[in-house]
Amino acid sequence: MSRPLLDVRNVSKAFGGVIANRNVSLQVKRGEIVGLIGPNGSGKTTLFNSIVGYHPIDAGEIWFKGEEISRLRVGAIARRGLLRTFQQTRIYGRMTAMENMLISLPERKSGFFDLLHSRHSVGIERAKELLEFVGLYSKRYHYAGDLSFGQQKLLEFAMALINEPDMLLLDEPTAGINPTLINGLIDRLRRANEELGITLLVIEHNMRVIMNLAERIYCLAHGEMLAEGKPEEIRNDPRVIDAYLGAH
Amino acid sequence: MNKRLVSILAVVALGLLGLFGPWLFPAYVSQFSKLWLFIVLALTWDLVGGQMGYNSFGNIVFFGIGMYAAAVVQVGLYYPVAAYTAAKGGGTEFVFDAAQFYTGLAVGLPVGGVIAALVALLLGSLILGMRGHYFAIATLGLAVAAGELASGWEFIGAGSGMVTPTPPDSIDTTILFYYLSFALAAVTFGFLAWLYSTRYHLAINAIRDDEDKAEAMGHRTTRNKIIAWALSAFFLGIAGGIYGNISKFIDPIDVAFNGAEIGVWMILMAILGGMGTLWGPVIGAAVFYITKELFWTFLLGWQRVALGALIVIIVVFFPQGIVGWLKERWPEIFGPTEEEMEAADARKGS
Amino acid sequence: MNNLSLLINAPIFNIQLLLDGLWIGAIFALAAFGMALVWGVMNIINVAQGEFVILGGFITLLAMQFGLPPLAGIPIAAVVLFILGWGLYRLVIWRIVDADMFISLLATFGISIMLQQLMNEIFGSDVRTAESNLGISYLFDNMVTVPHIKALAFVLAFVIGFGLWLFLKRSRMGQAIRATAQNARAARILGIDTDRVYAATYAINAALCGAAGALVVMAYSIHPYMGLPYTIRSFMIVILAGLGNLVGVIASGLGLGVAEQFAGFLLGTEFQLAFVFLLLVVVLVWRQWRLAQRRQYLK
Repeated sequence: MSRPLLDVRNVSKAFGGVIANRNVSLQVKRGEIVGLIGPNGSGKTTLFNSIVGYHPIDAGEIWFKGEEISRLRVGAIARRGLLRTFQQTRIYGRMTAMENMLISLPERKSGFFDLLHSRHSVGIERAKELLEFVGLYSKRYHYAGDLSFGQQKLLEFAMALINEPDMLLLDEPTAGINPTLINGLIDRLRRANEELGITLLVIEHNMRVIMNLAERIYCLAHGEMLAEGKPEEIRNDPRVIDAYLGAH
Repeated sequence: MNKRLVSILAVVALGLLGLFGPWLFPAYVSQFSKLWLFIVLALTWDLVGGQMGYNSFGNIVFFGIGMYAAAVVQVGLYYPVAAYTAAKGGGTEFVFDAAQFYTGLAVGLPVGGVIAALVALLLGSLILGMRGHYFAIATLGLAVAAGELASGWEFIGAGSGMVTPTPPDSIDTTILFYYLSFALAAVTFGFLAWLYSTRYHLAINAIRDDEDKAEAMGHRTTRNKIIAWALSAFFLGIAGGIYGNISKFIDPIDVAFNGAEIGVWMILMAILGGMGTLWGPVIGAAVFYITKELFWTFLLGWQRVALGALIVIIVVFFPQGIVGWLKERWPEIFGPTEEEMEAADARKGS
Repeated sequence: MNNLSLLINAPIFNIQLLLDGLWIGAIFALAAFGMALVWGVMNIINVAQGEFVILGGFITLLAMQFGLPPLAGIPIAAVVLFILGWGLYRLVIWRIVDADMFISLLATFGISIMLQQLMNEIFGSDVRTAESNLGISYLFDNMVTVPHIKALAFVLAFVIGFGLWLFLKRSRMGQAIRATAQNARAARILGIDTDRVYAATYAINAALCGAAGALVVMAYSIHPYMGLPYTIRSFMIVILAGLGNLVGVIASGLGLGVAEQFAGFLLGTEFQLAFVFLLLVVVLVWRQWRLAQRRQYLK
């Protein structure tokens, strides 16, 4: 497996005159956990949005599973097995946690008529397992909108898992989560990676979390890729330290 | 007393009422026919509005299209339509015998539904990409434009309207259209009850709650939206066909594309009963229609003032609707209980 | 399409249509200005916009019955509508400012139906107009007519619009309105009474529509059910121009006026309304297509 699962090649993106990403390249191999860090406004979320098709990119190419996806739309990219979560969680508020799970089963494997199966006939067991996995089993019949922010975040994570993606982009998974729960979350991310074989690309501000979790880390600054390496390399890279200190 | 039992009892009661209605209320058969049709209007509006979150001001378009299409087929099977409309449906040369009349209905009503659904597919692919209020206003524009266009189209009688085929005296049309209306309401209700038990229901609920998320999870949202609108239009088109025959005369703006009355009523009925529920539109339609029949005539020219005030009051003060209120008030009877859902899961899941 | 060849063979007709379109377009722009204000500040699309316009016309007619000159109808209609707008805000609108946009669409739609029918009951369903007896100028060998009242209405529409623009720029309330439009929460923190700002905004919009209605009844005609097209036109103009783009509103308003005149001439006046409503759908579809190109439909 020499070819990376996700291959971002020299991507640039500007909004009006403001350049958000310039010539950014990034590779993630199947099975890896890769971190993406950078000061506020360095273009991390823009890069995420470019990868999953939220806006067209100005230059460069994005390849996923050996296929160019630069011009595909959000839904089409998701159906190819590349999902993202949101910084501000997005769940279906007026549906129960269970229903949120059931409707997140992968649609890419089914046509319209599969949607006409009874809602109780498909995926119930899997949904329960994954709700158990994130610790929301007892809340399964609560409306998702009634859950706390942290619980919604966990639900969103479980919804992503039941979708069986090859790769998951996580936008600040620990932001807004009670610090006592963070270790549990890190553990679950790792287990999702090891047991379910989901490749992860994680934006994270919490340095302790990302150093602990990621095998490799990319650092963005001012829209450009500043450094790439193992956590300890990144931690000691003077350019990274400069970028963080200089930004504040 | 749980929700399932309440639903079953309600369905049985409504079914009996529907079947024996003409004996129970012989003087009000035609009013009851319209009530069944209104239930269809509210149910189909809610499929797209309440369940999917796409609030349309223009579903009346499909009602009118179904009405015209059915009438044109009913006539066109036996006579040239242009000559028929030019003669205002009168004259002795346009006579329909019983067989012709029944055939016309049997072909015309489904064709009306299908054409309405096809128009919905076409329009939907154009405007269902719009979000929320842009969609609402676009449909408002379509509703008015449809009426204006129909009033200018000579083939279907333009502004002077179109008379539906007059059946021979041997046919009791009041009873015939009563049972057609009741059957349509029953089929629509049954169909939606089934549809709302499928994963597709979850899919359109997801669009209502967060369409971007649904798309990001790989849902084919556009396809799902268009199908919902087309399904809604299909039943609405048939309802239009029956309504046109009951009215016996199709005026482009006062009957077919009557957005200011029927078009608003269907929204109001769904909201009054409770948007996004199966029973809400049924209850809303019954409450609204009966109130309307009782009081409308006393209000003389002030009906629409009352209608406007009613909309404001319901929307602002009572947005959860009757069913929503019942769920809040007596959750143990009307709300989904955990045990019940748990049981349903255990029964069907494993 | 006989009329098309007429336009080509007698180009002078184009000038007539162009002028007629500009006269009425200024009034469209005025109503759209108000809609953009309410939309931008309160996030409400006021479906009752057109009814406010028509009501302004009826108020003017009423004032004339008391022997007042038609022009006096402009301030009177504006004041009456201002009070109505304030009252409606206190009664209904304040409850829906923060609600889902569909709620506000439906609520203002309900208000619009009520006003329609109230006007029908009170003022009757006839087509009415206010005679101003201002005379007509003839240009190009009498080929082009310019009723003075239409030209005057055109000018007045600009004067009123400019007045409001000045008010928003200069006055204390205007600044509060603009601050609220940018960020209501920040405005509240800074001590701005946003509830009052909303009330003022809604009332000012109503007053603006009332003044526009006075111009309509003087230069054109009204009847109780003619409101919806004005709402739709305002909406279309705001979409074309974008919120907070005054020059765009004027340009779109004038453009729409001219387009309608030509469409009415070419397709026949019976299709002029259908044209307006279909144009709305076309504009929306076009906007949608443009957004999809940039994939901006995702928020």
